[in-house]
Amino acid sequence: MGVEIKVEHLTKRFGRQTIWEDVTLTLPAGEISVLLGPSGTGKSVFLKTLIGLLKPENGSITIDGRDITKVKEKDLYEIRKLFGVLFQDGALFGSQNLFDNIAFPLREHTKKSEKVIKDIVLEKMELTGLTGAEKKLPGEISGGMRKRAGLARALVLDPEILLFDEPDSGLDPVRTAYLNQLIIDLNSQIEATFLIVTHDINTARTVPDNIGLLYRRHLAMFGPREMLLSSNEPVVRQFLNAQREGPIGMAEEKDAGELAAEAGTELQALPPIPAQLFTSNGEMRKTQRAPGSWLKENGVTPPPGSFPGMDLGFEGQGEAAPQSSAPPATPTAAPKGRRTSLSKGRAEGDDDTTALPAAEESSVRVVPAPGRTPRPAPRPVAAASTADTTVLDTPRRTRAVRRSKSEG
Amino acid sequence: MAVSALAPVRGAGDFFAFALDVLRGLFKRPFQLAEYIQQAWFVASVTILPTALVSIPFGAVLALQIGNLTKQIGAQSFTGAVAVLGVVREASPIVTALLIVGAGGSAICADLGSRKIRDEIDAMEVLGISPIARLVVPRVLACMTVAFFLNGLVAVVGVIGGYFFNVILQGGTPGAYLASFTALAQLPDLIVGQIKAVIFGMIAALVASYKGLNAKGGPKGVGDAVNQSVVIGFMLLFLVNFIITAVYFEVVPQKGG
Repeated sequence: MGVEIKVEHLTKRFGRQTIWEDVTLTLPAGEISVLLGPSGTGKSVFLKTLIGLLKPENGSITIDGRDITKVKEKDLYEIRKLFGVLFQDGALFGSQNLFDNIAFPLREHTKKSEKVIKDIVLEKMELTGLTGAEKKLPGEISGGMRKRAGLARALVLDPEILLFDEPDSGLDPVRTAYLNQLIIDLNSQIEATFLIVTHDINTARTVPDNIGLLYRRHLAMFGPREMLLSSNEPVVRQFLNAQREGPIGMAEEKDAGELAAEAGTELQALPPIPAQLFTSNGEMRKTQRAPGSWLKENGVTPPPGSFPGMDLGFEGQGEAAPQSSAPPATPTAAPKGRRTSLSKGRAEGDDDTTALPAAEESSVRVVPAPGRTPRPAPRPVAAASTADTTVLDTPRRTRAVRRSKSEG
Repeated sequence: MAVSALAPVRGAGDFFAFALDVLRGLFKRPFQLAEYIQQAWFVASVTILPTALVSIPFGAVLALQIGNLTKQIGAQSFTGAVAVLGVVREASPIVTALLIVGAGGSAICADLGSRKIRDEIDAMEVLGISPIARLVVPRVLACMTVAFFLNGLVAVVGVIGGYFFNVILQGGTPGAYLASFTALAQLPDLIVGQIKAVIFGMIAALVASYKGLNAKGGPKGVGDAVNQSVVIGFMLLFLVNFIITAVYFEVVPQKGG
């Protein structure tokens, strides 16, 4: 079972340049989280800080009860054994062939015999579709294969935490889709905590349980997938929907003039929320939440056309409805049943439509509720009237509310 | 600015901290025997031939210079003594050092630097393996070992080269050349020469590894790191050579002095 990572008030600077500051988030054990952000916002730096390769200036990272920003070098090497990391280009050892690369952690850390090592390595190579390439050198194979080999090497020590640094960069869409499916299947098999750093929108929309967005040197928002995908917070909305209208500009953030020029233009409607990827045999992962559960619990209506093929009983689902006028998603209730107690008996079912679990906590209904009460008016977002700067503050507060409630 | 003024000092401090880490790593188990042998073989293979080729003219130049001088002052019988003294005490550790830095160190720095920019070093740390223990310690030991043997090689080849030029080309007397070997030189000269070579090998490998592991900024960064490691390596070696020689003269009484 995975391990929870708790990041509190983390700040990283290089010299006088602040990369990001006061990042607070919790990666729930066993769940898949995605960290998004425009290029150059320090996503990779965040990943390296999580593993202790870079020391943050401030804050703490608690893994397995230990704060890795404070532990000694020797303990750090111990804690790192919990991690598997897939680097951008696979980071294979160029002088060794694929087999030796993947066997490397086993040979260094375990006293297993060569025969056992061979079995494990071949199993992981089969899992990542690399059978037959054992003798190849990293320089002789394609980028996609290097990534998969890097993944195989990250897997051999049965990590509790798997970190992916842009698994989809430089891959074609088909390979990306395969890799995403592999990530989902892996998560359901090994139940480790996953963190994917990417800026591929499709990955971010369909793979994770949670999404975080780094922007302008801090964490703009972190929360369940459905919360961010239905959010009207300008930055989140712009990024997750790959629009030009919004506070993110080409180089950095836009200046006031550009924003003012945009002020009159109508924002595009939020696109429909796609269904989350299921494992390749159509089952739900243990940590996966039922589709629409966060939306139901918080009384948020998703954009029309969301969850294609599933009738979850939302207003206007399936209709060609006008633009949803949902105000910013402010959680009004702590998300209950985050870990829908799916138990071992996963929902049977052949396609996505019927693959909804009959979890007792989940409020998902397959039949539309006839007399569905209108959702409660959202609480006003603190100081939402003042623009920009305060808006950047709100998500943190929202997150804090969420956390304190879910803890309570 | 306080930051920029402190930068060189900080660089030196980082290097010494790194060197201490490596020295501590020398005594830690498990020892990476395979990596050590592989590296020693590699460093030897890139240095042996150039070293031999450089040491022949080195011995020859020494013999030519001294041969003329001793003839003018009528001290031909001391030609062999001076040549041996020069080769064993000074020339061979320096030639060894130049080649260890220039051939071995640059190769180590380029290797580690390219691993660093490909994230291999980070990947290794993440796999819970210290790059210092796994990569640097075997390389430093390999360089020290190779430098030790290389120094012996240079001394032998240099003396033979000197003999050849003095006796065959300058018409010196073979017996006098050989007989005067021990007139000035003594055993501690050879010992200190070997100690120097080992220390030079260590410094060369430390500088190369440090620069390689701190390479950044893509392939150009690796090139810069190699360049810096060679320049810094040479400067440190000549400085250390001077210090060791000065200390040696104070500690060990010289013949004929």
